[in-house]
Amino acid sequence: MPSEFFVPDPEGRTPDANGYFGAFGGTFIPEALVAAVDEVAVEYEKAKADPAFARELDDLLTHYTGRPSALTEVPRFAGHAGGARVFLKREDLNHTGSHKINNVLGQALLTRRMGKTRVIAETGAGQHGVATATACALFGLDCTIYMGEVDTERQALNVARMRMLGAEVIAVKSGSRTLKDAINEAFRDWVANVDHTHYLFGTVAGPHPFPAMVRDFHRVIGVEARRQILQRAGRLPDAAIACVGGGSNAIGLFHAFIPDAGVRLIGCEPAGHGVETGEHAATLTAGEPGILHGSRSYVLQDEEGQITEPYSISAGLDYPGIGPEHAYLKDSGRGEYRAVTDDDAMRALRLLSRTEGIIPAIESAHALAGALEVGRELGEDGLIVVNLSGRGDKDMDTAARYFGLYDTDAEVAEDASGTAEIEGDAK
Amino acid sequence: MTGTAATGGQIRLLTDTIAAARAEGRAALIAYLPAGFPTVDGGIEAVKAVFDGGADIVEVGLPHSDPVLDGPVIQTADDIALRGGVKIADVLRTVREAHAATGKPVLVMTYWNPIDRYGVERFTAELAEAGGAGCILPDLPVQESALWREHAAKHDLATVFVVAPSSKDERLATITAAGSGFVYAASLMGVTGTRASVGAQARTLVERTRATTDLPVCVGLGVSDADQAAEVAGFADGVIVGSAFVRRMLDAPDEAAGLEAVRTLAGDLARGVRTGAATTR
Repeated sequence: MPSEFFVPDPEGRTPDANGYFGAFGGTFIPEALVAAVDEVAVEYEKAKADPAFARELDDLLTHYTGRPSALTEVPRFAGHAGGARVFLKREDLNHTGSHKINNVLGQALLTRRMGKTRVIAETGAGQHGVATATACALFGLDCTIYMGEVDTERQALNVARMRMLGAEVIAVKSGSRTLKDAINEAFRDWVANVDHTHYLFGTVAGPHPFPAMVRDFHRVIGVEARRQILQRAGRLPDAAIACVGGGSNAIGLFHAFIPDAGVRLIGCEPAGHGVETGEHAATLTAGEPGILHGSRSYVLQDEEGQITEPYSISAGLDYPGIGPEHAYLKDSGRGEYRAVTDDDAMRALRLLSRTEGIIPAIESAHALAGALEVGRELGEDGLIVVNLSGRGDKDMDTAARYFGLYDTDAEVAEDASGTAEIEGDAK
Repeated sequence: MTGTAATGGQIRLLTDTIAAARAEGRAALIAYLPAGFPTVDGGIEAVKAVFDGGADIVEVGLPHSDPVLDGPVIQTADDIALRGGVKIADVLRTVREAHAATGKPVLVMTYWNPIDRYGVERFTAELAEAGGAGCILPDLPVQESALWREHAAKHDLATVFVVAPSSKDERLATITAAGSGFVYAASLMGVTGTRASVGAQARTLVERTRATTDLPVCVGLGVSDADQAAEVAGFADGVIVGSAFVRRMLDAPDEAAGLEAVRTLAGDLARGVRTGAATTR
């Protein structure tokens, strides 16, 4: 029986044998990690060919994660999107609350196949860290999560969740103290402990084979969404929209639609305070080709190749790099990438909460803001699928401060939340 | 800028320097210091001081914002250098002045992105013109290095690859066939920084590497004092010391004291590489 949820790229079009998607990708890693990265690549190829691997992963994705995830139409929200029909792919309803679990369970099985007993991972918002800590609890693996100190503060709830699950959480104090620096520190750990440790990389960046392997584990998102939208709307969507930090949920949604030329693939990058302010993490919009964390892609950097410090209200998108396949999709013209500010994302977060009773993660709210924009461009006949990559519980402290929702913020609330703008109904 | 003989890089000087040490029956002492640390001029003086103390070769670090292979000591120095505004032009000036003042081989060690961004042809031409001997690029593995090697060879610059205890024999052969100058054998699996002892796996790695090449094999990572230098000198062609020098600079109350401390350390280590040769070679 073919696997239902483990659906790697059937064509094997990309990347090439050296891990390149066109001009992007490759393997820019220290020699000490070459053997380990090769081992991951070899073991992943073996796993792909092994029906037992697919069966076990399918079983976990069905009975543990809760796949398939729902496709929810959001008409009251869509009323603000020019009347286009909008459907949300509900990765927020997966166990642990985001899409991250898809990749984590796949790599956890791989870790066991390689006979490794310890897992390390980076995390920004904590969603990948929580998913990794969850899988390690389930599989009985030692777990260390690296998280930038800035992020441990703004995502304190997820730090507590990881520790509850038995993981060690290390707050990284170097550099910008966000996701980039957490990855640096995880690489340093891996070099020293590679004999018994797997680096369970959380996005579609990093050295080959991670961009392709992580994509394959998330490819189920788009495969399900494509089938579901055909059933529900009777046709393919005009646009598939997702937020992009490293790019894992976006590639997961996009990939099954790549052969469908009529489906626009739209990634929403974090514009932070505005791309023109320099305080953003809009890598494809404002970056240049370069090497970061093991592969060639677009990178936010200065003219001498120093990586510049990114900014986003969203810890999960606050990253100066992007997966190489997105760079390839951008340069080939198949993908479109636009930048969404903190303010637009936060407004979309509140709008979805109040029109549909769904509180999205701030990451996913960037995609929702993009959908509002694209919907208005498409008009009433438009049909859009948005990847709701995660739920917003973890972001309530950030959102409460932003909108002044705490009682002590009562005076601020009237100014900041602008409640008159949205009373819940479509205008 | 052209790659004519007048402005060619100093790979020959590098090779001759290691050969001369071998002819004396000892290992070469190779020191690492980041450019721009604590200041650009202070960094140049520090390189001159370690040469004066007895180093045969110096690797000048081009600081990077994301030094994933460096431990906390070199991270701190890189931070200080970058906050001080160090540029690639300053790194090249460091190479130029250190080489001009001493006549000794000076290499650059850095991550790949700064060179990729600056332009491989531009960087190799300017490094050669400054009197540089080559580069160590620890996150540019051999399979991604063709473009670099083409330009390095054109400008008479060495391409020093790192080999690790985890490198398989077949891969060691591929790496050493592509490299030039010497081979950098990482003594252990880990990032830069001083260690209490240099692992036994260093000796094994040197032996496995020698089986694939006639290039000199120098050992780095974790070596910090004369005893360790002596131990490594017993089985390697060169001993590479980085974090211990940087640590001396960081701990010094002022720049003059830092320069004196690195000069003294270089002297101790220079005696170490000679003792090791005498006792265990």
